[in-house]
Amino acid sequence: MPQKTRQSRRDVLKMAGAFAGCGGLTLLAVRPAAATPAMMQEAVRNAIGEATVNKGKVKLDLPPIVENGNSVPCTVSVDSAMTANDYVKAIHIFNEKNPQPNVISVRLSPRAGRAAFSTRIRLADSQTVTAMAELSDGTFWSGDIDVIVTLAACIEEVKP
Amino acid sequence: MTTLAAFLMRFAALVTVFLVAGRVFAVEIPLNERRSDSEFISADTRAMQNDDAANPGMLSVADGEALWNAKAGTTNKSCADCHGDATAGMKGVAARYPAVIPAQSRPVDLEQRINMSRVADQKAAALPFESKELLALTAYIGRQSRGMPIAVKEDAQSKKFIAAGRAIFERRQGQLELSCAQCHDDNWGKKLAGNLVPQAQPTGYPIYRLEWQELGSLQRRLRSCMSAMRAEPYDFGAPALVDLEFFLMWRARGMAVETPAVRP
Amino acid sequence: MVRALIHVPSTAKSGEVIEIKTLISHVMETGYRIGVTGAPIPRDIIDQFVCTYNGEEIFRAQLFPAIAANPFISFFTVATASGTLTFSWTDQHGATQVQTAEIKVE
Repeated sequence: MPQKTRQSRRDVLKMAGAFAGCGGLTLLAVRPAAATPAMMQEAVRNAIGEATVNKGKVKLDLPPIVENGNSVPCTVSVDSAMTANDYVKAIHIFNEKNPQPNVISVRLSPRAGRAAFSTRIRLADSQTVTAMAELSDGTFWSGDIDVIVTLAACIEEVKP
Repeated sequence: MTTLAAFLMRFAALVTVFLVAGRVFAVEIPLNERRSDSEFISADTRAMQNDDAANPGMLSVADGEALWNAKAGTTNKSCADCHGDATAGMKGVAARYPAVIPAQSRPVDLEQRINMSRVADQKAAALPFESKELLALTAYIGRQSRGMPIAVKEDAQSKKFIAAGRAIFERRQGQLELSCAQCHDDNWGKKLAGNLVPQAQPTGYPIYRLEWQELGSLQRRLRSCMSAMRAEPYDFGAPALVDLEFFLMWRARGMAVETPAVRP
Repeated sequence: MVRALIHVPSTAKSGEVIEIKTLISHVMETGYRIGVTGAPIPRDIIDQFVCTYNGEEIFRAQLFPAIAANPFISFFTVATASGTLTFSWTDQHGATQVQTAEIKVE
């Protein structure tokens, strides 16, 4: 009988949360590599280079308590007049606990009229979600929000 | 410790409260206290449901419309060829199912009724339960009843099937010895591990369930709830399952159809 | 071709900022789920979404597995002239689906 490392109940529930959030459940004690803070920083660097990021202008709207991590409504809006000379060029969303740190990267132009978009995202666990905006003047801005992801009361198996 | 054991421990603790404090006989929810399951979901999920541009169930409704108009079977006829425009011809139909079919002298649900027509009238193969196609057709037909009151009636023919369904609803079952009624009649509105317990009124089926990331039928939902209660689920199409559906739709009589609903 | 639903106002005033909502059928398989056999289910996602308005790009998104199944994306644009909005979704295998919507701008 192979020796199993003792896991705390919190770890087991966190794993179940990771899988429930990503849309499936395994009864084996296997988990994919979760994003680490270093992975998220690397993803940020890949997206925006070595620029300094200012806090502000970016508003991230997610429900503070998430009913189901498989589908979380997410709206980002950036304070910008969106004129030909002053507009948002790109918006990136990152997360810190999913297996992968990127969520979505959007490119805009003054044609947008409003620097905002909505989508639905997956969140594997309670975590901070961050949005970063690149402006036409070369500056970068960010905003974030803390989200609690609850486990479903009744966990089902992946449909065969 | 496996995830299953962790889940059982947590669930058993909650169930112990029910078993100790629960009533001996489940008390039916008074008609005027009935509330749609839509009232027990988050505001964001409700907003998703109420916006046809954002409701993922509408993708299946659109697929269903295409299927409605597609030729099928050796007759090479579409549903539309006999039934015409569904927006007129199917208005109110989903609200009346399950119903007792004289030819079968047993109730059938909407999925089974669609297949009866496919086989007998279109001379096409029946669509498998939970197939994308059957769900799309059911969603499309269900959508034509949206906003209308559920019209499942108790009469001389249906009485015994509704009673059989009620008996299943009230019977303790599975490893946890829990009945549907203990949660959904006696403890609706309270919390079970972070989610609100709804009354289990099936007003919006087939539903887009976030947990499934796809559309699913009432039978699928009942089967998965039975598994979660650690009871052996009935097979798709089993008479007991249809009886339970029949009882649940009768229990929700008069409530508005919400197909396609979105649930967590 | 999979089902996609596009909501664009059929008419708009010149200069008005309008909201466009899109929904497409796709499982967005992350590649992290373990199937019933015990093996991971391979990743299968839409990774690119582009919208053009009378040929000019007005919105572009790179999607990752963290985008929920049946991707919903809504965004804004300035109603400039009557014409065609073209929506393209491309998956990780390079397959593209294109759909259009007409708009009348007064």
